[in-house]
Amino acid sequence: MTGRKIGAVMVVGGGIGGVQSALDLAEAGYKVYLVESSPSIGGRMAQLDKTFPTNDCSMCILSPKLVECGRHPDIELLTYSELLGLEGEPGNFRAKVLKHARYVREDICTGCGTCQQKCPRRTASEFDGELGERKAIYVPYPQAIPNVPVIDKQICTYFLKGKCRVCEKVCPAGAIDFEQEDEELEIEVGAVILALGYETFDARLRGEYGYGRYKNVVTSLEFERILSASGPYRGEILRPSDNEHPRRIAWIQCTGSRDTSLGRGYCSSVCCMYAIKEAIIAQEHDPNLELTIFYNDIRAFGKGFEGYYESAKKAGIRFVKSIVSDVKELPRTKDLFIRYVEDGEVKEENFELVVLSVGLEPSEQTKLLAKKLGVELEPCGGFCSTPFFNPLSTTREGVYVCGVFQGPKDIPETVMQASAASAVASATISAERGTMLQQRQYLPEKQIKGEKPKIGVFVCHCGINIAAVVDVEAVRDYARTLPHVVWAEDNLFTCAQDTQERIKKVIQEEGLNRVVVAACSPRTHEPLFRQTLMEVGLNPYLFEMANIRDQCSWVHMKDKEGATQKAKDLVRMAVANAALLEPLERERLPVRKRALVVGGGLAGMTAALGFAEQGFEVFLVEREAELGGNMRHIYWTLSGEDPQAFLEEMIERVTTHPAIQVITNAEVVDHEGVQGNFSTGVMIAPTMTYRKLEHGVTVLATGGEEYKPKEYLYGEHPAVLTQMELEERIARGELDLGELRRVVMIQCVGSRTEQRPYCSRICCSVAVKNALKLKELAPDLEIHVLFRDIRTYGLLEQYYTKARERGVIFTRYIPERPPEVEAEGNRLLVKVWENTLKDDLILEADLVVLSTATLPRENEELAAMFKVQRTLEGFYLEAHMKLRPVDFSSDGIYMCGLAHSPKLMDETISQAQAAVARASTLLAKDEIEVGGVVARVEPELCAACLICVRACPYGVPYICEDGYSVIDPAKCRGCGNCAAECPQKAIQLQHYRDEQLVAKVLALTRGI
Amino acid sequence: MDYPPNVKLIRVPCSGRVDSVHLIKAFEEGMDGVYVAGCLEGECHFLTGNLRAKKRVEYVKGVLTTLGINPERLRMYNLSAAMGSRFVEIAREMTEMIRSLGPSPVKTGAGREFPQEQEEGEEQ
Repeated sequence: MTGRKIGAVMVVGGGIGGVQSALDLAEAGYKVYLVESSPSIGGRMAQLDKTFPTNDCSMCILSPKLVECGRHPDIELLTYSELLGLEGEPGNFRAKVLKHARYVREDICTGCGTCQQKCPRRTASEFDGELGERKAIYVPYPQAIPNVPVIDKQICTYFLKGKCRVCEKVCPAGAIDFEQEDEELEIEVGAVILALGYETFDARLRGEYGYGRYKNVVTSLEFERILSASGPYRGEILRPSDNEHPRRIAWIQCTGSRDTSLGRGYCSSVCCMYAIKEAIIAQEHDPNLELTIFYNDIRAFGKGFEGYYESAKKAGIRFVKSIVSDVKELPRTKDLFIRYVEDGEVKEENFELVVLSVGLEPSEQTKLLAKKLGVELEPCGGFCSTPFFNPLSTTREGVYVCGVFQGPKDIPETVMQASAASAVASATISAERGTMLQQRQYLPEKQIKGEKPKIGVFVCHCGINIAAVVDVEAVRDYARTLPHVVWAEDNLFTCAQDTQERIKKVIQEEGLNRVVVAACSPRTHEPLFRQTLMEVGLNPYLFEMANIRDQCSWVHMKDKEGATQKAKDLVRMAVANAALLEPLERERLPVRKRALVVGGGLAGMTAALGFAEQGFEVFLVEREAELGGNMRHIYWTLSGEDPQAFLEEMIERVTTHPAIQVITNAEVVDHEGVQGNFSTGVMIAPTMTYRKLEHGVTVLATGGEEYKPKEYLYGEHPAVLTQMELEERIARGELDLGELRRVVMIQCVGSRTEQRPYCSRICCSVAVKNALKLKELAPDLEIHVLFRDIRTYGLLEQYYTKARERGVIFTRYIPERPPEVEAEGNRLLVKVWENTLKDDLILEADLVVLSTATLPRENEELAAMFKVQRTLEGFYLEAHMKLRPVDFSSDGIYMCGLAHSPKLMDETISQAQAAVARASTLLAKDEIEVGGVVARVEPELCAACLICVRACPYGVPYICEDGYSVIDPAKCRGCGNCAAECPQKAIQLQHYRDEQLVAKVLALTRGI
Repeated sequence: MDYPPNVKLIRVPCSGRVDSVHLIKAFEEGMDGVYVAGCLEGECHFLTGNLRAKKRVEYVKGVLTTLGINPERLRMYNLSAAMGSRFVEIAREMTEMIRSLGPSPVKTGAGREFPQEQEEGEEQ
């Protein structure tokens, strides 16, 4: 490959996957073009009500990422746009993008929403699953980014009839532009990531369930909207036919999944969990609901899922193992009549609402784009083809993939893959890092020490959001009377781009040294205004907001006078606080551009190579003498790869890479420092040499191990093996297959038990894999798999189907009556209760293979050393289950592989790459800023009483040699617990000093 | 989503930042009621800050009792950022409760209100 490379990446698809990729890339120093076909980013996740297994509100956790994406100077949003084609070569592509006309100017629109209110044309809202309405000019949902409407040309009265233009008349900003035309852009990028997401299965294709004919049969996505407080029924559970509260609700699983007759022979991976979640949330809305889930297998295979499933059962949600044959509507009541078979008996029941748990699939548009780009798709379901050991690469070099387009998956796995894709995509252009970034222009910081406060107050109308309720002019005039206020004005939109310019001008002309904005929430807008201050050389902490929208106009609509009075109170409090604001110092610490990876298995080696390819140095520390970990015992995969060949090559690459230092036989013995500046001590055997490693980031990839069971005669009878032992014996030819007549595999050994309540995720696939291998080597061998639920999620389902086709016999057992194994000479007798036949099945077996749990490797000491958290089971605990799946809650430390939770090799590779991406956002920076809102100790006042040491949730304060408490600004999170507890008041939380909080109280009670 | 405008918020990074002194100061200044709103228990953004806040609220309730101020005027609530309607409910509940108690004795100079003779008709 020759020619110039380009330090920019195009991410196609603005759902959570695309957003995560974009953020990781931009933070790691690459320019990003984020292309989204709909009017706003957010994707499917924005439509969801809550998320499993934490019941987090989906929008609440997504929205900050969207805002960050929307405001990032190095992310260019191209919404309402589509990728048409890609020319050139990896490293230097020319992407053709069609930007559809919005008929609203993005540079002027302030998102006030007036046009939407006044538009006379209504249609069904796609966002609300057509249960609600939207206008012809619309923003898909309230928090949409960009918050700029589009005009739907298909239904707009002006476009249809040439008359109307109401939106144009009412728009206070003059942003409506009917003359706008579609635009074709050509953009140069070094790599492309496809995060194209999914569509839900068209339930009309399962005609027997009546979707589309019966109003009270809805899809699971529609039910999300029904549950949502911002949905069509405002969070009340109503059914569409009569807007009445249904009492009995049924979910039908696998609608459009695991169904080869419909060309969908894969499992959609998420439906079991989202159905359980929907049932749990529905029950929270109304505890008297009767909720039933009809299922094939409950596939609760992810981290924390099994416990969630168990809690649903305990809460009284009914699980019926049965395939529903059909649904009929009762004409008078519009209730639904369901017929199903349970335990061999035909049963009938009525429900008031039926939810179809629809599967996920790539849209036709996605498949078309793939074709245009020359990206090959899987025969099964049309998902993107990726090599097993390179799960983020498409068949076109330079084009990468993440999320559901690569195969059905949930949000955390999508986020992991999205980060991972950003790592592999940028690895090819890492030499161009930072070449295309926007330089933010800042004036040198003005020193304001000794100056009297000169406060400027900007009061926002927010269109009519505030002004319709609060008398904004009165608030402005009132602000002028307050102490230290030298300037007060009102703005239609204080956050608009032109107002930022105005604020800057006023600061300079009036010599302001504090700024108060009375508008909306600091949570969303404070960063913007702080940025504005910095641009004219004011310290960003000399800023204060009074929230007169969320706290006044929105919540006191019926009391305009009261709202105005309160707005004045809030402004007075804000001004009182502003007068006491101080510029805060942020220390800059250089970043040690080196990574430490602990653990030399597949996860650790992948991470090490990933860092090296990003151009960073790596220490790879392994406890054992050899690299490879568990992978040394894996000999084949379901899709036919050779792991040993891959491993050999990988070890070669790792050990010869000039940027990687491999340290084997090494044990971590100490660790200290903060993100960007860690130092870790290792003791190296056999000489027990101590070595100190200095690094900026840490990845813990300490792995897992197979549970060695105590049950089923393991260790007592030579014919009882674990799956890994079976694989090893077959591979080494130590098994005389000719001698074997019958093999029995037992699933869930040591998993899903009281003692170890989690599902080990991989054992079902491993059993299927080894059963298929045995069948391949000895076709006449009889193989039984005794299981509870077969959890071959996603595209793995194909192999489960294949195993059954090859004659592997799968028999379900119930946990109340687990199988029993008895020795009978060289052979074994396996007895299992068959619940459909209501009888014991007795199998004479030559070999019993136990599919045992995956345990985290011993990591307790290590976790304590690195001050990271673990789950009850001993797996590492991520900062956020959904959106930060590889970050620890301590900054600068990341996790991957089995140490996080059981997973397959391709998933481990993705996660390791994700850890690289997340860590690279830190390593890419030359220095990090620490400090700001942190606790500061006044040594003379400190009595070294240790109360702060105990109060800090993160263990940051310590008593130094000179006998006073020290709080490292780089480690402090700024919660202020220590300041509140300190009996001497020797500690003050900057920006929230006691003096400031009291000043607010006084301003409130005493007036001016 | 509507609640009485007599509720005014002071923003803190964590409910654990709220010092006993701040609470007492508010009462000293004649506030009729004060409540601390923190994350749900077990879901504190800063791990344990809300539990510390709870302890401090309990402590200040004791101080109020000693001073003859009805400790019911101070409360701790736990809710998540996603619970707007609960926030409204709390604001109303607290306002109604304070209305039924009447203005703070600090403001009226009415002397100890607590402990006092059986008060009737106290609404919750």
